[in-house]
Amino acid sequence: GDAEAMEALSLPRAGRRAALSASLPLLQPTTASSGSVWGCIQGVRGAYYIAEGLGPDRAAARSRLYSLNCLDWSLLTPATKEMLALAEQLQGRFQGDPSFEYDLAEVNAEAPVMKEEARLIATIEQIDKEVGIVPRGAFVKTPLGSVHENRHFEGLSLAEAKKLSSYFHFTKPVNLKNKTLLEKADLDPSIDFLDSLEHDIPRGSWSIQLEKGGTVVVLRSLLWLGLTFYHVPMTKQFGYVYFGTGEKNLDLPFML
Amino acid sequence: DQRESAGQTRVRGQAPGQSQSPAQHLGHPRRAAQAAEQLQHGPYQPHEPGYGLDQPEFSPYEDEIPDPKARMLAIQNAKAYLLKTSTKSGLNLYDHLARVITKILDEQPENTADIIENISKDVKWAQFRKKMDTLRDEHLILPTYEAAEKCKALFVKDRVGGWWEGKGEREEIVGPPPLPNVMETAFYFEQAGIGLNKDESYCIFLSLKNLVNVQPILTCRFWGKILGLEMNYIIAETQVREVEDQEGGETGHEREEIYEEGEREMDEDEPPKSTYKPPPEIPREENGAGTNKYVYFVCNEPGKPWVKLPPVTPAQIVCARKIKKFFTGRLDAPVVSFPPFPGNEANYLRAQIARISAGTHVSPTGFYQFANEDEEEEEGDAYEENPDFEPPPVAEMLESLAAWAHHVKIILKQGRCVWINPQKSDENAEEEEEEEEEKDEEGEGQQEETGPPLLTLISEDAGIKSIPAWTAQASTNLIPEYCIAILQSNRWPGAYAFASGRKFDNIYFGWGHKYSPENHSPALPPPAQAEYPIGSEITETVDPTVEEEMAFKAAQEEALAGDDEEEGEEDEGDDE
Repeated sequence: GDAEAMEALSLPRAGRRAALSASLPLLQPTTASSGSVWGCIQGVRGAYYIAEGLGPDRAAARSRLYSLNCLDWSLLTPATKEMLALAEQLQGRFQGDPSFEYDLAEVNAEAPVMKEEARLIATIEQIDKEVGIVPRGAFVKTPLGSVHENRHFEGLSLAEAKKLSSYFHFTKPVNLKNKTLLEKADLDPSIDFLDSLEHDIPRGSWSIQLEKGGTVVVLRSLLWLGLTFYHVPMTKQFGYVYFGTGEKNLDLPFML
Repeated sequence: DQRESAGQTRVRGQAPGQSQSPAQHLGHPRRAAQAAEQLQHGPYQPHEPGYGLDQPEFSPYEDEIPDPKARMLAIQNAKAYLLKTSTKSGLNLYDHLARVITKILDEQPENTADIIENISKDVKWAQFRKKMDTLRDEHLILPTYEAAEKCKALFVKDRVGGWWEGKGEREEIVGPPPLPNVMETAFYFEQAGIGLNKDESYCIFLSLKNLVNVQPILTCRFWGKILGLEMNYIIAETQVREVEDQEGGETGHEREEIYEEGEREMDEDEPPKSTYKPPPEIPREENGAGTNKYVYFVCNEPGKPWVKLPPVTPAQIVCARKIKKFFTGRLDAPVVSFPPFPGNEANYLRAQIARISAGTHVSPTGFYQFANEDEEEEEGDAYEENPDFEPPPVAEMLESLAAWAHHVKIILKQGRCVWINPQKSDENAEEEEEEEEEKDEEGEGQQEETGPPLLTLISEDAGIKSIPAWTAQASTNLIPEYCIAILQSNRWPGAYAFASGRKFDNIYFGWGHKYSPENHSPALPPPAQAEYPIGSEITETVDPTVEEEMAFKAAQEEALAGDDEEEGEEDEGDDE
């Protein structure tokens, strides 16, 4: 699953992969499930490897951990609104040192410094919120509001897999209530409870490709360069990882 | 009589029972309904004989007609209800439930009670799939099939060998066979955590083999992969054996003629001609030198045919520095940008490749040396391998960036590696009289540009703000004897280099753009050009005021009066 995906996406080195498979299961006591790889944020002097633990209710907050060497993991606290607001003002690469402090004195007098760890938390949260995606039908919402894996999900068909409307943002929906009644009538409330990628602004901020002779569909986000989502049509396999510098691509409208 | 009385007895016996409340008939809806009816209407009143005889069990003929069919009738009614076809979808519940239960019993899933709705929905969905249609589905050829076919074609062994084999009369067969060992390089890069997975590397290896067989290639190297929106590019860097210099005539001599000068005689009726002269076009470098030292071939996927990229011109490089666009994956796609890019996506790709190569292709210091020690720095384009090169230990390669050096010439601001004065090439095209004037006008503008010489150490590379230009890492900290040194470029994210002993290589995997910490701001349009030269003849001035006019007139009259007097005196003098 994860290992093949990582291989298909041509990512970390053999030593790291082995270390990951050795250390992730050890996270079970902390995360209540075996951790899975979220991705890697490359700093100038080192890289942060991020893992997350998924509970049965996917809508609940996820526990995240980071490590600099794939062996020793540290739990990250959930992001707060202040962290998110401050992180938006920071620009430039991550340094690779969790205790590095960014100087925000000229921008924000109240909180003159921000630690890199906090920036890391905020960036991961932002990435998940903006470009974390899942295929349609993979998750169902129960009437009580919790979100579960759909055990009956058999994968998207090849035709569906090429359409942006078959993929949803896995975060609180924003556009859903703006749909007209006519559109809502066609939706299935247990499956279509998230925003689809069709209406993302700017248009064209996702690149869909079929790789490996058409057996894997790969979506790459152009807003956060490095976010790669894969899905094997007609099977249950899907997932996304982020391998990049942790910077938003604000030049996107010029580049399309 | 007996019977009657018995019936009546029964009736009377039941009389108190008749007033039982309908609630006691809850288990049987029909009985409850009957009981309710009983209380309300009927042909007989409760005190009358014959009351209750219409009930099925109490009729006088009860024992003659056994009626076990009530339940059967109820069952039949229920079944008939279930078999009722829905007006909307044509399904009936009976068949549907039968199918659902059949499916469940066949498949025996877990937690059936939780997913029963989904199963029901799936069964309904299955109804609408064509089973036996008069229209037969065309056997859909999946795109995976075609792709697999192409891939398979790669694996077929060529019966015809490479052009360099077995043809003794070909000259210039020097050096090792051109095909690079892609798998070996891929292995080293995998240690670094970069690269494609093995299958794809192998397929690329095979397509490179095809490329080498088809084109007259001297050396070949897998340059890297650039991602695009619709498709990606796989790029091979080669040196091609020049058969004829087919494109030699293009170098700078086919420029458009210079616009007419404004000094020509012209009719007064015609509007003035434009005096605009575009800046002289800078000629591109020769094939085999500078930015055009290598020829690049691209394909979208291994298995697809290789396409040769055109040589790059300085104008394209200068423009590529100012724009930032994603590649779509189609070589003929237009590049819509400002400043307008002179070319299509193939040219833009070639320009970016040239910039990336110039910025990030490095080798261990000392691996290459100048061919001729006496040559001046700017012209030192020729380098060769240093036979006395002693590879430094990996630790040293990591610690100091001075252990690495660029082996590709840097591209100057002009867009070329070797600076050229654009005026020199203009001489032949213009008339002599104009030469001097132009030189005077533009003599100040063109300063000779120099850049760092060829084999500069990368420690001299300027970083961006506080970020150094390169990050060095070891492939593994745990096994120092076998680790290799890896360099990651921060200016061109996606460019990597590795070195291990005498082996080293560079590769690029990325989107093809330079890193800039600030956001990209497109160039502003230049200020509007002057329409006409501003001179005193067409400059507006204020009309003279009345006082000024009077004063001028008075002055003129005085002057005239003075002249008249003089003339008058002379006349008088003559007359005497």
